[in-house]
Amino acid sequence: MPPLMPAPDQAILGRRAEIAAALQAIVPGEGVITAADELAAYESDGLAAYRQLPMLVVLPSTVDQVARILRYCHDQGIKVVPRGGGTSLSGGSLPLADGIVLAMGKFNRILAIDYDNRCVVAQPGVTNLGITNAVQHAGFYYAPDPSSQIACSIGGNVAENAGGVHCLKYGLTANNVLGIEMVLVTGEVVRLGGKHLDSEGYDLLGVMTGSEGLLGVITEVTVRILRKPATARALLLGFPSNEQAGDCVGAVIAEGIIPGGMEMMDRPAIHAVEDFVHANYPLDVESLLIVELDGPAAEVEELIARVEAIARRCGASYLKASGSEPERLRFWAGRKAAFPAVGRITPDYLCMDGTIPRARLPEVLSRMAALSRQCGLRIANVFHAGDGNLHPLILFDANAGELERAEKLGADILRLCVEVGGVLTGEHGVGVEKRDLMPTMFTEIDLDQQMRVKCAFDPNGLLNPGKMFPTLHRCAELGRLHVSGGRLPHPDIPRF
Amino acid sequence: MSPLRPTTADELLAAVKDALADATPLEILGRGTKRDIGRPFQAGRRLETAALTGVTLYEPGELVLSARAGTPMAEIEELLKKNRQEFAFEPPDLGPLLGGEANAQTIGGVVAGNLAGPRRLRAGAARDHFLGFHAVSGRGEAFKSGGRVMKNVTGYDLSKLMAGSWGTLAVLSDVTMKVLPAAEKTRSVLVIGLDPDRAVRAMTAAMQSAHDVSGAAHLPASLAARSAVGYVAGAGAGVTALRVEGTPGSVEWRCAELKKQMAGFGAVEELHSMNSAKLWRELRDAAYLVEPQARPVWRLSVPPQRGPAVIHSITRILDVAWFMDWGGGLVWLSVAPGSADAGAGVIRDAVGNDGHATLYRAPADLRAQIPVFHPQPPALAALAERVKDSFDPKRILNPGRMYARV
Repeated sequence: MPPLMPAPDQAILGRRAEIAAALQAIVPGEGVITAADELAAYESDGLAAYRQLPMLVVLPSTVDQVARILRYCHDQGIKVVPRGGGTSLSGGSLPLADGIVLAMGKFNRILAIDYDNRCVVAQPGVTNLGITNAVQHAGFYYAPDPSSQIACSIGGNVAENAGGVHCLKYGLTANNVLGIEMVLVTGEVVRLGGKHLDSEGYDLLGVMTGSEGLLGVITEVTVRILRKPATARALLLGFPSNEQAGDCVGAVIAEGIIPGGMEMMDRPAIHAVEDFVHANYPLDVESLLIVELDGPAAEVEELIARVEAIARRCGASYLKASGSEPERLRFWAGRKAAFPAVGRITPDYLCMDGTIPRARLPEVLSRMAALSRQCGLRIANVFHAGDGNLHPLILFDANAGELERAEKLGADILRLCVEVGGVLTGEHGVGVEKRDLMPTMFTEIDLDQQMRVKCAFDPNGLLNPGKMFPTLHRCAELGRLHVSGGRLPHPDIPRF
Repeated sequence: MSPLRPTTADELLAAVKDALADATPLEILGRGTKRDIGRPFQAGRRLETAALTGVTLYEPGELVLSARAGTPMAEIEELLKKNRQEFAFEPPDLGPLLGGEANAQTIGGVVAGNLAGPRRLRAGAARDHFLGFHAVSGRGEAFKSGGRVMKNVTGYDLSKLMAGSWGTLAVLSDVTMKVLPAAEKTRSVLVIGLDPDRAVRAMTAAMQSAHDVSGAAHLPASLAARSAVGYVAGAGAGVTALRVEGTPGSVEWRCAELKKQMAGFGAVEELHSMNSAKLWRELRDAAYLVEPQARPVWRLSVPPQRGPAVIHSITRILDVAWFMDWGGGLVWLSVAPGSADAGAGVIRDAVGNDGHATLYRAPADLRAQIPVFHPQPPALAALAERVKDSFDPKRILNPGRMYARV
């Protein structure tokens, strides 16, 4: 069932034509989409189960236009849903019936490539891969690589703090963004950070990263680029049990080795993938690990040998080191095709995104299997093993009325992640999808404090309402202090 | 009045609630090593987290450590060392620079100041390794954010706000950090006799190479002479240092390659583990500027390529001792006596809007006259003020330490 969104404001809906005309005056030409058939292209994002036609779509192409649109919406009390590449897996850019979608696709230029300061300045609609493509001829790349990197925008990456398979060694988006320019809901333009490394004052850049379009609209991004490692080699390791594979991951890290990537797949995922891309994965194992080591050639050779020895010690029943670049890419081809491969064997699937303390993996996998049996839906698991980010894929058939059961199973899995000390989402964001689960991780006080930060940026709650927070509060109400006449709540505690 | 020294999170909460109830502004401290960073402000009472101590969780295989905010860094670093791990951001110990003792700071202080050492250019600052926390806000509420896992985008990343907020938003009670394996081997390549421009060109070339350089700093001759490392002190010229870390075979090979590459810039030397550690610790702690204590000290963060230009425009007018870290992106400098504003006008003009200059050390009267933190444009200043409101509406936590209205 789609989650309940804030009730549409009928007065705003009644003014639709007037609002369209006002926005048209700001973004002339084809900048405002009003026709239902064209609006349909924006009705959902990467979380296709949820759909909603927006009131209007606006496609600005300058910062000034963004500022004027936001100022207008702020003055008129119109809700705004920012949208980048539209690849959110948590419904981050799900439209609102009475809101505009602010689509940033026209901001698609790279503004500066600065090899000496090792950074790239890009407009937010540039794709993640577009940045690497612009600098790879010189031997550089942009490290975070979410699986949607062909299509997802760098602005969206910042909004969602996107991850990928190399986070353990190279960090998330938050660790690779140096600066942004953003427009506040009032239309004010501010710059946070820049080409320098440390930013002083409150780290608003850090808060913007992962704020899911609730705090402001990003109009420029400065990211750091890295020199491509001289060599990368991968090991494909098969284990008779998930426990042994999990032990191997722990043992590699305990030995002081931080691989560039460390990915795990369980039996259902291995089989789905092998049927799809024929990556020559072993089929007689319960768990498969891909361990990639990158860096100077001398180091990679040394580490490959050490990881091989660890894997043997942990009971690997299959072991192969990539001997060539095509072979390394073949190891990865299966993992990278895991989602579409699972898509082939089921009419629909839900992709979950919890993170757990890695040592709890065997327990979580077996409890997940029990939940799966109880509910009668299959699960395939792919796992960013190095950093504990789990992607259970729940297989179901919406036409057979299984969506609600799948959603319930998903929620149970995420509750399990929180119960063992993990979190609801590692890289996909809360959005609408996990919004109502937030209280399993946070108390009311925790959530109120987050909402007050939202109020500091957007006091009228016009930016992307209905996402991230399970309840909507008025900022004035959140701002009240609860001091009870100077009386101490714990009179029995010693007063030092 | 004697300082408040809560020993539990509940006592901390009660102490902040009391202060809120009778509107007493608090000065928030760990063990006070960085107390003199920031603007002087009026506080009715001191609140120290120094009695909130102890590592509460350490799982080396999971690369995670949690500790109470007042836990001494020395204790944590000792524990990490036993497990051949470290904080990759290489937290400096600014105790001596600020006229205090070494090895006294707390983990909470490191986070609150968002400290970072030479490895900043590769591994980030405290903010990048700060996974989650528990704290008490100026609203007298205990809250948490983040978690203990590496990858987490659940809700706003309030950890980032806490890092570098200098105790003005909330009092940290518990912090959870990412830890990483310590390098098995470290070596440094020294290039002798470069001027600032050539030094940055050399460091840039090294950073652009595939040799994974984890430190790039430059000492002019006058400061190199103050080093405790013989090769550096005896160079009689500027010394540019590049650090390589990793497995033994790799470090030796990369070092050899870097030496070849750097030979085009000047005479090269190599430092092995012990001397390397000594040199990078000096750079980390700005040891060259500890004396004379009377001199004001500034810390500048600029785009790496602008380092030399910023230094040139400052040294044209002011008598300063300076050195560069982060490949040119970090400039530490101390100002000779005689400048009424500790050089603030000249230094901030040189930096412009392309970075920031922070007055890290100065007598209280100077810190009261000069903005200690780089002045912000109005829209940003107003936003910072609203963020402060959201955590501490009554201004009871370090009020005015960063900016007059924050």
